[in-house]
Amino acid sequence: MTVGLTLRDLSAGYRKHPVLHEVELDVPAGGWLAIIGANGTGKSTLLKAIAGLVPHTGDVWIGEHKASELGRRELARKLGYLPQGASLPDGLTVTDYVLLGRTPHLGALAREGQSDVDIVTAVLGRLDLSHLASRQLRTLSGGEQQRAVLARVLAQHTGVLLLDEPTTGLDIGHAQILLELVDTLRREDGTTVVSTLHDLTFAAQYADRIVLINCGRVVATGTPDEVLTAQALTEYYGARTTLLTAPDGSRVVAPLRGS
Amino acid sequence: MLRAPRAGKSAPEGTSPDGDPHPVAGKRTRLRPVVLLLGLLGLVVVFLGAVLIGSSGLGWRQVLAEIVAQLTGGVSPLSERDAAIIWELRVPRIVLAGLVGAALASAGACYQAVFRNPLADPYLLGAAAGAGMAATIVMVTVPAVRGWPVDPIPIAAFAGSLGGVGLTWLLGRSASGRGSSGTGTLLLAGVAVAAFLTAVQTFVQQLNVDTLKDVYLWMLGGFNLADWNAVLLALPYIGLAAVVLVLCGRLLDVLGLGDAEAASLGLRPGRIRFLVLAAASLATAAAVSVSGLIGFVGIVVPHIVRLLAGSSYRVIVPMSLIAGAIFLIVADQLAGNVRYPAELPIGVITAFTGAPFFVLVLRSARGRV
Repeated sequence: MTVGLTLRDLSAGYRKHPVLHEVELDVPAGGWLAIIGANGTGKSTLLKAIAGLVPHTGDVWIGEHKASELGRRELARKLGYLPQGASLPDGLTVTDYVLLGRTPHLGALAREGQSDVDIVTAVLGRLDLSHLASRQLRTLSGGEQQRAVLARVLAQHTGVLLLDEPTTGLDIGHAQILLELVDTLRREDGTTVVSTLHDLTFAAQYADRIVLINCGRVVATGTPDEVLTAQALTEYYGARTTLLTAPDGSRVVAPLRGS
Repeated sequence: MLRAPRAGKSAPEGTSPDGDPHPVAGKRTRLRPVVLLLGLLGLVVVFLGAVLIGSSGLGWRQVLAEIVAQLTGGVSPLSERDAAIIWELRVPRIVLAGLVGAALASAGACYQAVFRNPLADPYLLGAAAGAGMAATIVMVTVPAVRGWPVDPIPIAAFAGSLGGVGLTWLLGRSASGRGSSGTGTLLLAGVAVAAFLTAVQTFVQQLNVDTLKDVYLWMLGGFNLADWNAVLLALPYIGLAAVVLVLCGRLLDVLGLGDAEAASLGLRPGRIRFLVLAAASLATAAAVSVSGLIGFVGIVVPHIVRLLAGSSYRVIVPMSLIAGAIFLIVADQLAGNVRYPAELPIGVITAFTGAPFFVLVLRSARGRV
């Protein structure tokens, strides 16, 4: 199930306002690409364009399959998309909700079978949600809810995960738990991960490659060390920062107060 | 577990609050056979009760004897006239009330799902206004309608209802751009169309004040003219729509995640919305055409079902069919018996009994909504 992701000349936009321009990217199978950039530069749109959720031109290749030649359902079996601020329907239990992730594997009018339930049980176990399985979604804490949304995406059993700001609203501890989970999946299953991350230190720690977007264009791509420079952060974020090195050797982006 | 479940229904099955003895996937909201059977049993009981009690002077013993006689091929204890009252008036009226209740309640549930709005009801997109306008125009322009071999009013109401919804759909589509889901625009288009058609209806009615009473009575809705023809007129549409809507239950659950997420799970939300709205509107049009405008059923019944049986549309849609039928059969019996031999408008009963019951259910489910 290890497939990489290739983008060629990908442009996208809403109505007549182009948001993304000719993006070219290669994500090797089992890689983790973090998309960074200031607010409103087109990070989420890039993820949605890959997932086929906004009108776009250019090509998305999932392994050797061209996304535009796949049906909606086939695409949903290859790409899992975790939206930012997922809406949680009232009254559904965690299990109900995660079972909806099996939709691409079911016929239009089919019901879930035992194998679907087994997959959901396994996913819940993996994300440490088993004890919450019967709870209503709304009664969970923010971190638990975000894990439930991730569980729904994982129940899709896709080789590629698109995560739009997976740590939004989570404190540093819960954000770490979630990112570690994703990393474990990547290492154990060879899942390819593309995520937007606003926390640059997390991006540096978890992603093996980073792409910096500005005004809908790729302005830098490479390893975290190559992309995360004080100069780039000043230029594209208007931020004053200094880059430190953590004991494990990873980059830490520290903001500086103005003088 | 921090929060103890309030009612037995929300307690997880196979688990206990302090442990998880079985490695189960957790509680799933689904249509349990027991619930379905209880619902059907309730429907049968209410149906038989309504046949036995009815609203004419026949005693229930006589009716029971008649039913037994019909079933066993025995001798009917009733006069021909009394037998006709049962089989040609009472039974079709009960069947029709059940059909209309099922149609309005399931259509209401589906409208609520599609618009993700708890206040949506089946008349939202112009179904009622269109039917009212068409029925009024026919009552005004075709005098002595009762003499016709086929009553044109239901047909006009049916066409008007579908026309109203169709107009709303076209308007909503043209007003919302590509790429947007358009449910908000569709709602607003429904408001505009309903206001416009109601204005036309009021205008036509004011020009012909002599038909005011007929129009008013039709608008209030009811089953006092019910016969087997009306049942046959409504049944195919309501039956077809019911099958489609029940089959779409799971898709409606996915739609509840929002359009982007439904699409990322491989569905085409626009197509599902169109299919569901078309089926629900067909059922509504058929219901309106044979019973006029009966309010409250489409909003209250789905919510009661949701609160009692669970929030998945796989449960809500089929149980709304059953609960809607029960609710309207009972309401119609009350309408016929409270001030016998006079009849109350059934809308009065649905609101008068439904509203307090609704509040009661809301209260008992406090914390779960």
